[in-house]
Formats: sequence, structure tokens, C-alpha cells
Amino acid sequence: MSHWIITPILLPTLLGAFIVLAVRHQVALQRVFSLVGLSLLLINAIGLFVHANTGDIWVYELGAWPAPFGIVLMLDRLSALMVLLTAVLAMCVMLYAIGSDWDKRGKHFHALFQFQLMGVLGAFLTGDAFNMFVFFEILLIASYGLMTFGGGTRRLQAGTQYVIYNLLGSTLFLFALGTLYNVTGTLNMADMGARVAAMDPEHASLLRVGAVMMLMVFAVKAAILPLHFWLPESYAAGPAPVAALFAIMTKVGAYAILRMFTLVFPQDAPAIAGSYDVWLMPVIVLSLAVGMIGILGAKTLSKMVAFAAIGSVGTLLIAIALFTPEASAAAVYYVVHSTLATAALFLIVDLVVSRRPQWQDAIRADRPMPQNGLVSAFYFAAAIAMAGMPPLSGFLGKLLILDAATGQWWIWAAVLITSLIAIMGFGRAGSLVFWKGYGLPETDAPAFDHPKQPLAFVAIGALMAGVVALTVLAGPMHRFAIVTASQLYDSEAYVSAVLNNATSESMAHDSSHEKEGTEGADTNEGLLDTEGGAHGTEHPAKATEGEAH
Amino acid sequence: MTIEFLVASAIGVLTAAGVYLILRLRTFPVILGTSFLSYAVNTYLFATGRLVVGAPPILQGHEAHVTYTDPVPQALVLTAIVIGFGMTAVVLMLALAAYLSGGHDKIDLQEDASEDRA
Repeated sequence: MSHWIITPILLPTLLGAFIVLAVRHQVALQRVFSLVGLSLLLINAIGLFVHANTGDIWVYELGAWPAPFGIVLMLDRLSALMVLLTAVLAMCVMLYAIGSDWDKRGKHFHALFQFQLMGVLGAFLTGDAFNMFVFFEILLIASYGLMTFGGGTRRLQAGTQYVIYNLLGSTLFLFALGTLYNVTGTLNMADMGARVAAMDPEHASLLRVGAVMMLMVFAVKAAILPLHFWLPESYAAGPAPVAALFAIMTKVGAYAILRMFTLVFPQDAPAIAGSYDVWLMPVIVLSLAVGMIGILGAKTLSKMVAFAAIGSVGTLLIAIALFTPEASAAAVYYVVHSTLATAALFLIVDLVVSRRPQWQDAIRADRPMPQNGLVSAFYFAAAIAMAGMPPLSGFLGKLLILDAATGQWWIWAAVLITSLIAIMGFGRAGSLVFWKGYGLPETDAPAFDHPKQPLAFVAIGALMAGVVALTVLAGPMHRFAIVTASQLYDSEAYVSAVLNNATSESMAHDSSHEKEGTEGADTNEGLLDTEGGAHGTEHPAKATEGEAH
Repeated sequence: MTIEFLVASAIGVLTAAGVYLILRLRTFPVILGTSFLSYAVNTYLFATGRLVVGAPPILQGHEAHVTYTDPVPQALVLTAIVIGFGMTAVVLMLALAAYLSGGHDKIDLQEDASEDRA
């Protein structure tokens, strides 16, 4: 019985606790532990990816409670890809944070970073709706700390807004979960999906209400219009490495939509039909438009990239909301591109901010900054990728999405026109910030000196290398995306993996239990400790134990 | 007057009060509003397992019509209370820090300084 599926959650948890307890004051040691932890996580994620690529749906029962009574973790191609993407992104962002000394500007950066990873990875791996809520809360509470990291009035005020907005999102999530539990009587996603499929549409109005509330919660996370208002301000005011890491946070929302609305609430289930498919695509197209027009209208580079993030998620969600295997394959390809490109842009803007003491990220001409050539080269490469111009992967991603939306002219029009607006916005900002300075009259002010920060450039270079690799290896990647999507739409495979495999595996587990003896028991106890309240939520016996606490 | 009516209207009143308060301009009423909403959702979660009076949250015997309280919502609400409590503490500290640092507790952000530079 292998436990490698739980280690991406356990490793950051234990490491975060260790860092905050044992090496609180030694930043150098924290960096070492962080990097070692992230390397192990990366190896773990690659292993899971290789396993998932065999097409197996790996179901792991926490504490060996059989599904649907216990909580399960679930690993398929999509979640393995997201875990791997998170590990790669976290590594690059951490290298940047170390290279630019961001982690020294406040306390507990590394511990918060690890807890953030725990929440994100948990949300990708869980197969239980309430457990997903708990992991959302974990990633949120770590993000509150990271968002206000380093302090400052602006950041605190934007952080308060961010926290309150997300508190309301969490409340809505609970309302949705309560409604769904009331209607279906289960919280296990695969089980819920099976029951929704069998439900009589005459008596399913509460179910539709719950499903739409769920969609709204994920829309808050993914920043879909009109629930996107928290994003531009908090991403622009937050620390740059954190904003770069949060490139994966909006994707958590997108992932949750893709997961829940293919497995649990598919469009063709009679009990659900017509509740969200009518209005979802128009609002996504609108949020794409708002994001891309925001790129053109923003007055600072940080705001510009924040709007670009909204636009990019909008493009991704168009592919998701088509809900066809072909379009979902495009979404799988685009999610990798979008995460890497958004993160790279946030980090590049931070390079600009730290090299322009006077104007920082304001979009206006200034004397050329130190390392102007290198920074601008990175900027234009990332902007080309983000806007979806050839030759980088953004172009291929948009091509796949357009191909999947053949026949829907208004989606084509929206994607193409907003791309043009984004190109104009990026071009205008880049030429003002990087090129116009050469034409300014010489001044007597001493040249601004700035450390070279090679590691920071390596980190951004690694992200851009990822984008280039995604372009060069587009063929194999697209084939992977196609099998991922076809796995997603085979919801019966999930149901049988979770519910049937569950019983057979737990019986096998029982027989092997005597042999494994203490080892198995130890692991289960460890799980109970870290999962805490979440773990006590599922099974009657567990629940009473939870109440005693 | 049934107990369902009482609980339902309590949830409704709490939610209405919470929604009114989170639309206010200053952080203190807004945080109070989120607290009201979390009370409402906790009660709601508790009620999702149907309201049963005087029955234990355990299945006793295997007859078809045993009365028992559904224990799962109770466990859910326990988790929700703990998380909600922690979150409220965090947002209070953050709002307090923002107030002390910024000198006001308005929830909306003024046009920021970096945009003035532009």
C-alpha cells in the first residue's frame, strides 16, 4: 500500500511547522529547508505524474475508512498535472524570492509559503467536497499572511478587502455544501455525481440551487465577472513573488469548476440541465473582455499584469465552459501556459519596480534602468506569450481553444479582439517603460545602482524556459491533454474507482494489516493529527469523537 | 409554530442582518456582518440533516424506522465554527493593523499613490 499520494500534502505541512518552530530566526537555514523541501516535492510530483499517466485513477482512503463514509484523495491525470505545475511554479517563485531577498522583508515567509502549498496541493488532490472546503480555507489563511507580507498601509488595506471578500466566499461555500448534502446525502464527489445522475429533475430544484452556489464560489476564486473585484487591487498591492505564486490560485478555482462540473454536475445530467450553461459563457466572455481592456487602461505595470491574469483565466474558462472533451483538452494545455506566463510577468514587474526608485511600476518613461536590456527582453517574451502572439505557447493555446469553439462566432470574435487589445496594452506599456527612456535628455542625477541578482533572473528564465518547452513539446503535451480530457468525461470510471475499488482495496488492506502492523497504524495516526477537524467530519464514529474535542 | 419555522426564520434574519452590515462603508460593521453570516450558515448547516428532537446521533438497531439525528452535519458545523472563529480573529487583526497604519477604517481604497505618480 503506497502512501505517495498524501506526501505532497504532508511534506509542506510538516516542513512549515518545523520552520516556524525550529528555525524561526535563521533565514539562511529556512532557505535551505525550503529548497530541499521543494526539491523533494518536485520529485514526488513527477512520480505521481508518471503514475497517473498510465491512466489509473488512484484512490486513497484516509485512515482506511471506506468511501463514501471516509474522506478520499483522488489522483487522475488532471490532478497530477496540477500538482506537478504547482511544484514547478513554487520552485521558481522560491528561487526568485531568495534571489531578490524578498523573504527577508518580514517574518515567516518560508513557513507561510509551505502552508500555502499544502492548501493548494490538497485542493487538487482531494476527492471529497467538504475536504475541498477545508483545503480552500488552509490556502486562504496562508494567503492572508502572504498577501500582507512585509506590511505597509496600502498592502494592509488591500489585504483587509481581500480577506473579507474571501470570508464571504467561504460562507457561500458552506451554504452550497449544506444544500448539496441535504439533497444528495453524501459529500464524496464521485458518490455525489452518481446520485445526481440518478436524480429526478422534478424534485431537484434545491440541487440546482446548490450547484449554482458552488459555481459562484469557484467564480470568486477564478475571478469571473462580476466577482473579480478583489483581484486587481490585492495582486497589485501584494508582494510580487506572492502574486506570482497566486497565479496558481485562480487556477484552483478553474480546476474546481472543471472537476465538479464534469464529475458531479455534468451539463447533460437531467437534474442539472439548464441551470448554468445558459449564462456561464457570456459572463466568462465579459470577464475576458474586462481583463484585456484593463491591460490597456492600467496606469501601473502591477495593475496591468493583474488584469492580464483576469484575462488569461477568462480565456482558460472559455475552454472549460464549452464542456466538450476537445475544449477541455485545450484548457489543460492552456492552464500550464497561463500559470507560467502570469507568474513570469509578475516577477518581471518586480524587477522593474526595484530598479526604478522614482517611478517604480508607473507606466511612464524614465532613464533606462540598470540591466534594462535583459529585463526588457524578458518582458517582451513574457508579454508575447501572455497576449497569445506567435511563436510562443499562448498562441498555440488560443488556437486550440478557437478550434474547439468552431461555429461559435462570438467566442472567436471575443478571443481575437481581446488579444489585439492585450497586444496594444503590453506594447504601449513596454515601449514607454523600456525604450522611451533612451530619448530623454541627460540629467545630472547620479546613475542608480542596483545589485545584479543573478538568481532572480535564473528563476524568471526557468519560468520562460517552461513556456518555450511547452511550445516545442506542444505535440506530446497536446496528446497528454486529450487523454486527460477523455478521462475527465468518463465519470463512471471515477465512480467505480472510488466506490468499488474502495471496498476491494480496504479488504486487501485489512488482510495486509496484520503484516504491516505498527507501520500502518502510525501512518493513520499521523493523518488524523494533520487533518484534524476535517477528518472527523465524515463518519459517524469519527464525528462523535470530534465532538468530544 | 413549528421548530422548522423558528429555525428557518432565524437563519433568514441573521443572513439579512449580515448582508446589510457587509454593505457598510467601515470595516467594523463589515466584520460584524461576516460574523452574522457565519452564525447563519452554522445554523443552516446544522439544520441540513433535518431537525429531530430528542434523538441520539447514533443508529440503534436495524429497524426500518429508527429515529436518530444525522451526525454528519454536526461534525461539519463543528469544523465550520472552528474555521469561522479563526478567520474572524485574523480579519480583526488585519483590520486593526490597517486602521492603525492608515488612520481610518474605510473599507474602500482611495486612488493609490503609485497611480498619482503616473
